[in-house]
Amino acid sequence: MTNIEIDGKQVSVSPGGTVMDGARQLGIYIPYFCYHKKLSIAANCRMCLVQVEKAPKPMPACSTPAVEGMKVSTHSAMAVASQKGQMEFLLINHPLDCPICDQGGECQLQDLSVGYGASTSRYTEPKRVVVNKNLGPLISTDMTRCILCTRCVRFGQEIAGIMELGVAGRGEHSEILTFVGNTVDSELSGNMIDLCPVGALVSKPFRYSARTWELSRRRSVSPHCGLGSNLVVQIKQNRVMRVLPRENEEINECWLSDKDRFSYEGLNSEERLTTPMIKRDGQWQACDWQTALEFVATGLKATKEKHGAQSLGALASPHSTMEELYLLQKLVRTMGSGNVDHRLRQSDFRADKQSQGTPWLGMKLTEITQLKSALVIGSTLRKDHPLIAQRLRQAVKQGAQLNLINPVDDDLLTKVTNQAIVAPAMMAAMLAQVLQAAAELKAVEIPAAVKNAVNAISVTDGARAIAASLIDNKPAAIFLGNLAQHHPQYADIHVLAQHIAQITEASFGVLGEAANSVGAYLVGAVPGTGGSNAAQMLGMSATAAPCQAYVLLNLETEFDSHNPQQALKTLAAAELVVMLSAYKKHAASIDYANVLLPIAPFTETSGTFISTEGRVQSFNGVVAPLGEARPAWKVLRVLGNLLQLDGFDYETPEQVRAEIFPADNDVSARLDNRLNNFAVGEIRQTSAGLQRIGEVPIYQADPIVRRAESLQRTHDAAAPAAWMPGALLDRLGVQAGDTVKVKQGDGEVLLPAARDDKLPANCVRVASAHPLTMALGAMFGDITVEKL
Amino acid sequence: MLSAETIKKIDHEVAKYPAEQKQSAVMSALAFAQDEKGWLANETMDFIAHYLGMPAIAVYEVATFYNMYNLQPVGKYKLTVCTNLPCALSGGNDAAARLKQKLGIGFNQTTADGKFTLKEGECMGACGDAPVLLVNNKRMCSFMSDAKIDQLLEELSK
Repeated sequence: MTNIEIDGKQVSVSPGGTVMDGARQLGIYIPYFCYHKKLSIAANCRMCLVQVEKAPKPMPACSTPAVEGMKVSTHSAMAVASQKGQMEFLLINHPLDCPICDQGGECQLQDLSVGYGASTSRYTEPKRVVVNKNLGPLISTDMTRCILCTRCVRFGQEIAGIMELGVAGRGEHSEILTFVGNTVDSELSGNMIDLCPVGALVSKPFRYSARTWELSRRRSVSPHCGLGSNLVVQIKQNRVMRVLPRENEEINECWLSDKDRFSYEGLNSEERLTTPMIKRDGQWQACDWQTALEFVATGLKATKEKHGAQSLGALASPHSTMEELYLLQKLVRTMGSGNVDHRLRQSDFRADKQSQGTPWLGMKLTEITQLKSALVIGSTLRKDHPLIAQRLRQAVKQGAQLNLINPVDDDLLTKVTNQAIVAPAMMAAMLAQVLQAAAELKAVEIPAAVKNAVNAISVTDGARAIAASLIDNKPAAIFLGNLAQHHPQYADIHVLAQHIAQITEASFGVLGEAANSVGAYLVGAVPGTGGSNAAQMLGMSATAAPCQAYVLLNLETEFDSHNPQQALKTLAAAELVVMLSAYKKHAASIDYANVLLPIAPFTETSGTFISTEGRVQSFNGVVAPLGEARPAWKVLRVLGNLLQLDGFDYETPEQVRAEIFPADNDVSARLDNRLNNFAVGEIRQTSAGLQRIGEVPIYQADPIVRRAESLQRTHDAAAPAAWMPGALLDRLGVQAGDTVKVKQGDGEVLLPAARDDKLPANCVRVASAHPLTMALGAMFGDITVEKL
Repeated sequence: MLSAETIKKIDHEVAKYPAEQKQSAVMSALAFAQDEKGWLANETMDFIAHYLGMPAIAVYEVATFYNMYNLQPVGKYKLTVCTNLPCALSGGNDAAARLKQKLGIGFNQTTADGKFTLKEGECMGACGDAPVLLVNNKRMCSFMSDAKIDQLLEELSK
């Protein structure tokens, strides 16, 4: 530790620390623009100049290393004169347009100019003007306001992993821009808006819609990916105007993914369902809650009487809250049916009985940064979990090795040490190789349940390198991504990964796809003994009959299920489909519902999510529900009452919560990724015909984000294409850009062909969860492509 | 994109740095590319970015920082006149005026026959020789009086 004195106060700074670190420890204020605790030091704004004893000139506090015995004054005449002088320089070219600037009221330059600026300017020469740039649909620019602090540039390089902005030119001609007018496409780009200390980069969707002092700030939790990012939701006149990160070092740090930040536009969408509706004689009619709920209760009772309790099924989105999921499963279970599930995109449920607990991350989020080796299986991590990818990126910077087994080779914007890009059908075989290699290296026996299947497979050097990386570098971890969980051989993949983790002594985690994936398991939104799982309920299983009445919570089955074609067929054949949804059904979808009950999205209800690391986070509604929409827990409670079921007399969400989390309840004790004694059958080593790779695009994952207009205009939301390797295109006689007919089952769609030579042979990458591809079948499996 | 010969020269520069710091060769790579192509088109910079494994914008930062890199096509001879203070005090502006008059163009313009481009340069570190000018970044001409300018133009016009 280095002892220094700042303004007469003693402070110990850790080795390598700076004067700024010392001042922050003491709580002494030093003005700055370019300094940021999470970014590298640039020292180019010069606002933090301080006086250091024996130094002939003022020194920037952010980049001056603390030296034993150093005496610093932050408010001496020299320091203040330097800071004021620097402020005058910064204001020379800064336009005086605060009244029309969106940053006004939350602008560091504005704030500091009150303290350090002069009331009039001595500068009479022409000011410089910088042309605005189009950085895409999310960031609006006013580059004349830029003070060239380069925070946005450093953010791209260091945190987002992709340098999209840079400083071109020099001196007075310096300006921030992208290479030849490209847009900024990082999935973390919105953070540049927060980082910009002036109004040069502001939010495009929010622009000119409110002044910052008109907004009330309310706490909330993100309903999207499993991270559970903490949010500040800003509202005006009962409308969500903007979402900003609420700093939480253990979860999202001070960042937010664009999905979490800009999806609020979907909350104010025209497509919001604001009144209950019943379909009578093929026509949708608005009605009151009483009518709608009685219709539902009568319908459910009638179906139960006619077909038995097992004909009732409940399907829910894992983006729903604990309270909603708890009451939904309680409702169907009290009615005598065990058919409840939230895993609509999963297709392989073979290991359900062997599961020892709730799948989770297997570690704390903060531990990801400490990893020295990681194996990610089946995930384009930066699109599925942007901020978990960010944490891994920091780990890689600290020397961690990242290994990847995935069917697509998208740039993860970080160094990947070993990667195996294999067809979906070959993923289990690849894992079997790694398992065998790990067992050889550690000279241990492979567990009996998988031994026979694994021994039939010969090991490649690639697999040995992955195994060695996990064994030689500690701590190590293995993560199963979304794509692995949607995989038709998920059980095999899961158990193989588990054994690799055991042998290599790595931690083992399942990345939670949605905000409440962990919670949905814990609260019982999974079929117990005798209940049907999502695939069985939606008619994808040969052995179990589908249901006759469905309650769908927060779901758009056409986008949220593994096989939309089959799911829609099954729902269309059902007697009663009740949809609890915040949105009117998608115009393009087949009309399968009989009743629509408008429910409140996360901003309009109180609720609880359990993040992928097992963190329980409750939140309150921040605005009143829109129109006649009501929190889903209330809807389910009233429905329970109407059905005369016991135990539905809740007054407050706290009462529901108290039932879910009894005082002695320890969530962490129920988290366990292990499968007990799951035996792997023969592992396929070849695949015949063309295979689909049907990942869920980042901005199609849940109903809210699908309606976020600005996000839908980004590159990540581009219309799906049929991506194929060059050899396959040649074989089909198709050029990239040609329209091709893509078929699965009895559904077909026309898509442009596109070329990606990094795809495995005989694979066609066609995004799922999209209106243009919902006529197709399973996310993975056989697919045919025909030349038109 | 670039000729095998240019690539060889770039590889020679790349070999001077550790493998993970290939981007240290960006300035020489841009110079060689400019020698071959005459100027640095966006595609050329993009190619170098890929070749050196660095972001395109980082190449652009370097190319825009130094004024010896041509981001627009130039004539056969690029004449860069220093107009910084020491040169200006010793006739730098007169030299520039003479060139403008003889060539019939202003700064950042190219003659109609595509032969000459006139540029305003920054200090070339030869203030004692003022006024100075550079021909195609490589040939330094000192004490550029009107007579010497006429002589130079005549020589280059041949």
